Amino acid sequence: MAGFGTRSGSQHSRGGSPGFRFTLYALVSVVIMVLDQRMDLLERMRYALQALTYPVEVAVNSPLAAWQWLERSFASRRALEAENQQLRTRMRDLEIRTLRFDTLARENAALLGLKHSVPPVAARWLPANIVDIELSRLRQRVLIDRGTRNGVFRNQAVLDDHGVVGQTMSVGPWSAVVLLITDPEHDLPVQIARTGFRTIAVGTGDPDGLALPYLPANADVRPGDVLVTSGLGGVFPSGYPVARITQIHRSAIQPMSRVLAQPFAHLQTDRAVMLVWFHPGSPAGPVQTHQGQLVSGNPAAQPLAPPPQPPPAACAPPAKAGTASGTVPAGTAPAAPVPAPSTAKTPATAAPHRSPP
Amino acid sequence: MSTSPRGAIAKTVLVALVLTLVPLPAWLAIIRPDFLVLVVFYWSVQTPRSAGIGLGWVCGLLLDAFQGPVLGEHALAVALVAYLGVREHQRIRTKPLVQQALVLLVVLVLYEFVLWAIDGWSGHPLTTPLRWVPALTGALLWPPVAATLAQTYRPRA
Repeated sequence: MAGFGTRSGSQHSRGGSPGFRFTLYALVSVVIMVLDQRMDLLERMRYALQALTYPVEVAVNSPLAAWQWLERSFASRRALEAENQQLRTRMRDLEIRTLRFDTLARENAALLGLKHSVPPVAARWLPANIVDIELSRLRQRVLIDRGTRNGVFRNQAVLDDHGVVGQTMSVGPWSAVVLLITDPEHDLPVQIARTGFRTIAVGTGDPDGLALPYLPANADVRPGDVLVTSGLGGVFPSGYPVARITQIHRSAIQPMSRVLAQPFAHLQTDRAVMLVWFHPGSPAGPVQTHQGQLVSGNPAAQPLAPPPQPPPAACAPPAKAGTASGTVPAGTAPAAPVPAPSTAKTPATAAPHRSPP
Repeated sequence: MSTSPRGAIAKTVLVALVLTLVPLPAWLAIIRPDFLVLVVFYWSVQTPRSAGIGLGWVCGLLLDAFQGPVLGEHALAVALVAYLGVREHQRIRTKPLVQQALVLLVVLVLYEFVLWAIDGWSGHPLTTPLRWVPALTGALLWPPVAATLAQTYRPRA
């Protein structure tokens, strides 16, 4: 607070000339910047700052929150009933869709050659409200009302009911800043669902625009293709919907095509998001780097013993099995049943082959 | 109207901070001027002995705590604005508001330039030309802002 209460003194108050004082403050600023940037020394200070700023942020947001609360409490009975009906219908739809989920999970585990159905990839989830506050003009960030007190950690996946929202970047005790996937600093490893082609979706700074700058001009990509997370990067598991491709600009002289996609998540209108904790051992969990190698899934998961073989007459000749299209999963090259390997790092490729019917 | 500049300074800084943080529709948020910087500049020019580089630095650190990608970034930039205000306060104070706005435009462009440079160096680049808009709107809004701030404190004699 130096300079705040410097009343007495000559032309330039105490502490020297303005030039000298500015140099001093500039040096302190540079030191803080370097510390914040290069070392984690300020990690605790950031945490404390996040705690200090949160009450102010809540206070600034409170008139808006109060207005929304008022709107809700004076909603007409008719509107509420209509909404209730709509929600019931939606819930029934979702329940019917998930009826066969457990069966499918078991079937899938059996197909992968695992003894038990693998645990669902999401272990725990927690809804979080968005605190509407100007965090940074032109940057795509939002503040949520959950922090380390709720178990939130840095680089945690944030989803909404339509797709991937982003990940937490700085976490305080009661609040966390979420870096949206559309922020220019956010890069998300994705996969084109139709072809399995892996690439990276980069934020554009526009709330409904993702760019795919690393697609070669001859890549198989069409407008309408769905992008899902590829599981690389260690934050999101594979298979979560991210965006739909909207525009493709190809130019004969450019080696790369310019592709834009629109996120599924309602990044601008969301009032609440979901924080998700994933099972670290789940085969579908985020891929982690371990001793320089990408590791996915639980190394202790054992494949099933090869299924009993029917008599040779009843089964198609192994030589033809490879040519039968559609029924042979990609990646299972050997047509003859192979003995179960002792360790299976990637269950999908180590699964014993089953003869097509 | 307050009797001591410090009370007026504290109040106006608080109001400016709230105006900086309050959520606005996207297009308004883009043209929103940096109110806190305007307030710091005003007090640096009007009461260079009560408010100065230290006040600017503290206000900048506040901005960093809420919005900055790097701690110390806004602290440096706002301290620079305060320094320029204190250094040239005698020349700026006597000019009409429109000419003050022109000086402020230069100062604000410098302020945005410092932020732009530090953003780039620290690996948080933001290259969209929209980031320079608040410098313009800040200068345009200077006459009403300065007139309002003048109501909060009048030095004796």
